[in-house]
Amino acid sequence: VVPGADPSARQLCFAWGPAEVLVCETLFGRRGGCPFRGEAAPGRALSPGALTGRVAGTGEGGPSSSRVFVVRKDQDIYIQTLRKLFNESHGIFIGLQRSEEELAGKSRKAQLVQVSKNYRSVIRACMEDMHQAAISTRDPALHSQYSTQVSILSAMELIWNLCEILFVEAAAAGPLLLRLLDWVRLHVCDVDNMVREVLSSENPSKHELFWKVASIVDVFVLQGRMDEARHLLAKEASANPTSVNMYKILDDLMKKMPMPNLGNTQTLTEMELKWQHWHEECQRYLQDGTFASNSHMESICKILLGDEDAILEKKELMTTWYHFLVTRLLYSHPTVKPMELRMDLFLGGESSPEPLDTILMAAFEFEMHQVIKECSIALSNWWFVAHLTDLLDHCKLLQSYNLYFGSNMREFLLLEYASGLFSHHSLWQLGVDYFDHCPEYGRVYLELHIERIPLNTEQKALKVLRICEQRQMHEQVRSICKIMAMKALRNNRLGSALSWSIRAKDAAFATLISDRFLKDYCERGCFSDLDLIDNLGPSMLLSDRLTFLGKYREFHRLYGEKRFSEAAKLLLMLMTAHIAPCSFWMTLLTDALPLLEQKEVIFSAEQTYELMRCLEDLTAGKLDKQKFQDDDVETMKVEMLRLALARNLARVIVKEGTLEGS
Amino acid sequence: AMEDVCAKFVSQKISKTRWRPLPAAALQPPDLFATGSWDNEDNRVSIWSVGDLGNVGLNGEYQGEPQLLCDIRHNGDVMDMQFLDQERIVVASSTGTVTVFRHHQNNQTLSANQRWEKAHYHVDQDTSCGGAPCTGVICNNPEIVTVGEDGRINLFRADQKDAVRTIDNADSSTLHAVTFLRTTEILTVNSIGQLKIWDLRQQRNEPSQIFSLTGDRVPLHCVDRHPNQQHVVATGGQDGMLSVWDIRQGTMPVSLLNAHEAEMWEVHFHPSNPDHLFTCSEDGSLWHWDTSTDIAEKPSFLHQGGRSTTYFSHNTINQSVVSAWLSNDPTKDRMEITNLIPNQTLSVNSLDILGPCLVYGTDAEAIYVNRQLFA
Repeated sequence: VVPGADPSARQLCFAWGPAEVLVCETLFGRRGGCPFRGEAAPGRALSPGALTGRVAGTGEGGPSSSRVFVVRKDQDIYIQTLRKLFNESHGIFIGLQRSEEELAGKSRKAQLVQVSKNYRSVIRACMEDMHQAAISTRDPALHSQYSTQVSILSAMELIWNLCEILFVEAAAAGPLLLRLLDWVRLHVCDVDNMVREVLSSENPSKHELFWKVASIVDVFVLQGRMDEARHLLAKEASANPTSVNMYKILDDLMKKMPMPNLGNTQTLTEMELKWQHWHEECQRYLQDGTFASNSHMESICKILLGDEDAILEKKELMTTWYHFLVTRLLYSHPTVKPMELRMDLFLGGESSPEPLDTILMAAFEFEMHQVIKECSIALSNWWFVAHLTDLLDHCKLLQSYNLYFGSNMREFLLLEYASGLFSHHSLWQLGVDYFDHCPEYGRVYLELHIERIPLNTEQKALKVLRICEQRQMHEQVRSICKIMAMKALRNNRLGSALSWSIRAKDAAFATLISDRFLKDYCERGCFSDLDLIDNLGPSMLLSDRLTFLGKYREFHRLYGEKRFSEAAKLLLMLMTAHIAPCSFWMTLLTDALPLLEQKEVIFSAEQTYELMRCLEDLTAGKLDKQKFQDDDVETMKVEMLRLALARNLARVIVKEGTLEGS
Repeated sequence: AMEDVCAKFVSQKISKTRWRPLPAAALQPPDLFATGSWDNEDNRVSIWSVGDLGNVGLNGEYQGEPQLLCDIRHNGDVMDMQFLDQERIVVASSTGTVTVFRHHQNNQTLSANQRWEKAHYHVDQDTSCGGAPCTGVICNNPEIVTVGEDGRINLFRADQKDAVRTIDNADSSTLHAVTFLRTTEILTVNSIGQLKIWDLRQQRNEPSQIFSLTGDRVPLHCVDRHPNQQHVVATGGQDGMLSVWDIRQGTMPVSLLNAHEAEMWEVHFHPSNPDHLFTCSEDGSLWHWDTSTDIAEKPSFLHQGGRSTTYFSHNTINQSVVSAWLSNDPTKDRMEITNLIPNQTLSVNSLDILGPCLVYGTDAEAIYVNRQLFA
């Protein structure tokens, strides 16, 4: 639902962007159904964001015209405190992808459980930060925002933990129950506060204290924390010297209660046998009325026997149905097998279940896909489902489940998450690695997204380039370099522009820039950016024009160093090998003038002939094209050149003649 | 050891980390550092105190993570940052502006003390004037030298409003970094693999010397000068290569050492223990180069756990005469190289070392402090 927009008053139209939806109000009449409603159903089975997104910015149009809303698909990406979650989990994600599956069986499982725990500890750390932020803020709006986040993170952790027990670790009968107990204890923390409260309360009335202690004992029993329960019971007993014996018996029962153990020291049958014995013993005491005189102890004994009504009586001490579920299993079926869980599900059918309930229920029913789907709908981020699904996929639990468009669910969710990261001005770097691990469409997504990164500094451009080069994304490399080269050119930084086009191996652009250099030279009579042109090295070969630029500059250097014959040879070669563009020949020939006028003869007869041919080729070509554009300066130049060439030829014939003669 | 490193996620990509300099003759290790962020809608310059040593936990392992003392908004990416003195930090911005921030230690606040707007700028074809990123800054109180993508070199004085000296178009390519060679001479590196010396006393707008990598014109991104032997200069390039130059001779580097797999963003000699050198890179690694240890008896190649340590073969006889960094013969050279970050994925953009302490910042939005570097 888009706040501020009123679909009943005005039609809405929308356009999908890479990670955002543009929604605007239109004045078009209604035809058929409301287009915005219809969107969620057919196209995207798992499309939470569009409906929970926040309005990022609105622009007011004219009085009658409409406003534009930007609806972001992944709103949580923009929460500052969660950036820690994104960054830290990125590291864990990469670690998981790198961890090769060389480890077999148990050690692989242990590794995956560790990964799962790492993810959870990041969630918890974030929760802690968020909690601190909630406490320290004075702004009530912020406070409630943080508190909401804390409860969302806590729900995420609760779900993740359950998935870890049931799917990742896939705890077997016996240990399964212990894990579930841990899970309940971890997420129901009120009892410790209650203990603290009771122990610290000053001067409580005896009666009140008694009831409080009694209910704490119950809580401990319900959570299977026998030692703590017995400890408190002993205190209660000391206050009731008359029923010491009764306490002793109950204490003994609680002490003897067999628990599944984590090591493999006892078999399931052994455990079941012990359990049966103990159960019968409890039953005996209950039936012979040992506890009849003390209702509290009797109810505890009933709980120990797994009496559903007795447990249900303590409903308000458990607060959640899953606590009840685990407690009932503890006392009625401690060796429950994973697959039996669904049969033990207590469907309270009362009020309509909260999304969290639905998700946990689905987990207990081992409906993994249902869990992921429900989470996608309930949570306002892709982080959770993307990472959880990836982990489950690494546990090899999600194979053979392809979505209708060909890529699998893991990839679909990772792509959505990474696209969200890419829509963020700063987190985009994290997205790259996620795309890398999407074999089907990751590459295409990356190619599309990476070109949209704004490049405000060269350093950022280099970082983006590095990403592209590492992945052989030649097309993107070229386009980034081109953008940078264009920018440099616009800023009159020819040197930088040339560097960028050399890096992109963009011959056309290098030619363009070389022409700019040559034009500058013709206009000013000197080169700019000598430090660059003198340093072209092998990159000079990128484009003909660039080669010419480099060589021409080399000619000037040789000339400056008075290495005339080398300079002359190079100059001639530039024309005869057709390295120089025709438009530049006149300049080159003019450059030959001072060499022809040197005291010493530099051009050989053969070279002089070639120079003459160049000049004639040039003037012939010119005559054809521009007969009527007679240019005085030009003709004068040609005449001067012809004269100089003739004089040089005369001198060289004499010189070569005398040399041969001697 | 890795256990001595404490990390803090700070919800912003860190482009620069710098220790606050210690007063002369201080004995205690540094306790304050500054960071700058980049690529955020809202970039910040922040001052941190390293965790209090008094907080060591019962098992002796815990060290408090860095605590934020104060921060201030910064317009544009923080491109470079240098402490001018104990209280003032000079910050280079991607907008071309250079700002001096003052850290008020009595009430833990930061304020802008002096600002040169668009110290670096482009004049585009329509002759409008836009800021160009200022890529490097170096201070020698009260002098401040900045370089930028505009190829310009500026010399400022902390107390003067206008630039003391500006060399327009000093370089036709982008200048990536600058450092002082002597009080009047600076070194710059650029995007076509050149190292240039500029003498600021001369009025000529040309470098007094140009050195360059041969052939490939690999861009150089960072430069540092040996603190005691001023002719020894280290640079890091786009290909991750570490080059060591002897600026008394030749125009090419004395040695080229294969290092990182991507851009080397910073190189620093240890200020008081210059046999040690530190480099960090886009590839997410941070290397410690050590030419000090006598390891004749150690095997020449050694791999330990997550770190890879490489020893070249060695000969120590001329150590005191020739700088260890200048012997380019691998058979005589001896060097121990340790990667201090195994399993890192995103770029380490900046590092700083002072005394036994190392601080570095990454694109993974975390800062790391190691206070027992040589333990």
